[in-house]
Amino acid sequence: MLKRTPLFEAHQKLGARLVEFGGWEMPVQYTSITDEHLAVRNAAGIFDISHMGEVLASGPGAADFLNRTLTNDIRKLAIGGGQYTLMCNAEGGVIDDLYAYRLGEEEYLLVINASRIEPDVLWMEGELRGSEFNQNTTLQNVSDAYGAVAIQGPKVAGFIDACFQAAPTKLKKNQLTVGSFEGATLWIGRTGYTGEDGFEVIAPAEKIAAVWNRALEVGASHGLKPAGLGARDTLRTEVCYPLYGHELDENTTPIEAGLARFVSFDKGFFTGSNRLAEQKANGVKKTLIAFKMTDKSAPPRPHYPIWSTDGLNVIGEVVSGTQSPSMNLGVGLGYVPPENAQVGANVQIEIRARKSPALIVPKPIFRKAS
Amino acid sequence: MSNIPSDLKFAKTHEWVRAAGEFATVGITDHAQHELTDVVFVELPAVGRKVKAGEACAVVESVKTASDIYAPVSGEVVEVNQAVVDNPALVNTAPYADGWFFKLKLANQAEVSTLLTPDAYGAQIKA
Repeated sequence: MLKRTPLFEAHQKLGARLVEFGGWEMPVQYTSITDEHLAVRNAAGIFDISHMGEVLASGPGAADFLNRTLTNDIRKLAIGGGQYTLMCNAEGGVIDDLYAYRLGEEEYLLVINASRIEPDVLWMEGELRGSEFNQNTTLQNVSDAYGAVAIQGPKVAGFIDACFQAAPTKLKKNQLTVGSFEGATLWIGRTGYTGEDGFEVIAPAEKIAAVWNRALEVGASHGLKPAGLGARDTLRTEVCYPLYGHELDENTTPIEAGLARFVSFDKGFFTGSNRLAEQKANGVKKTLIAFKMTDKSAPPRPHYPIWSTDGLNVIGEVVSGTQSPSMNLGVGLGYVPPENAQVGANVQIEIRARKSPALIVPKPIFRKAS
Repeated sequence: MSNIPSDLKFAKTHEWVRAAGEFATVGITDHAQHELTDVVFVELPAVGRKVKAGEACAVVESVKTASDIYAPVSGEVVEVNQAVVDNPALVNTAPYADGWFFKLKLANQAEVSTLLTPDAYGAQIKA
């Protein structure tokens, strides 16, 4: 039985096409992926992200515990600050990638992937039990108690302050503020997964439908449209944000995924740090490349083989691939050995037993003309 | 509501056939293009290829997925629609007209009568 978010009925009313994602029945699109993608790039889109998990870590030991468990340095966060970070196993493999926000002096909110809620919570509880912070840190999985929406796009700052009793446009990127709506407390963070300016609003599950409706009501005249997971995926692929299960898994490290800037090597030991430091010093065997197709070809898709420039050897595999609605050409991400990962080098993508040329490009693949 | 022209025959796998003597034109239905949305790439069989009914012989890709297209009847590919390769959106805008895929010289004209009638296809996609 697939899980449903509190917005399920709203999606049905909007005529969404529903698909399975990470154990959840979620809208993949309402009108078309291309329309929704372009709405977010040019105006505004709202996504149901209630399937994502929320974990609270609190107590005098919470900061030290999180610094032992996550790769980024949590001590950099002032109250109201947030950061992208990763949770690794002892071999440096990624258990999840997540956002950590500091809510108070000794209280943190972790926003984790829907498909990883159970493994993450089990892992963190195990880490906590085996540590000296067991007595002074509390972990609470509050995923079922909260829903969330992401409101994304260049026009969002023009109406978000009018939606809830808060002024999130005062936030800098990754900061979080508290809002109020119909008597409920909201967390509003200036972040997202699209490469556009935007906000994620977390609300008690029973209030999220009202939050969704309120945003649509205020945002409609600014071009705000509901957007599904299809557009979420094409948007994040264009800007090379990793998706767990594609770019990241327990056998892939943040260094291999090109995420070393979210790993703090000067904060002392954390789970996986030995392996990550070793990779940083000695190099990796695979590294994440971004590429775009150079001829008219079918879009690349996950698991397609990547061949060397000369077409003689398979050097890796595509992990994400799609037609880019912004650029109208095939784009993707894949893992290859570092010696084959030079930006500007040509590779070939095998699509249905035929090889099509692609060019390795800098990340992000898509950058707006400014 | 999907458009289902009354002068065509249909395969369960959502291809349409317009038969004229020993030749048949093949495309995908309005219902199919609606399900796919935003067709971004079409790959057609080579002219001269002999296909059997039910054989995968073309591919249509939307932003999200690649889908096989099956020959609804057996025959030899005698013509393909280069316009739809150059402009895949024709599959969405004119699935029964400019968005056609290929023409077959039928191996067995009687095979056409085994396909679904417009009513039967309409019933299938409503089910």
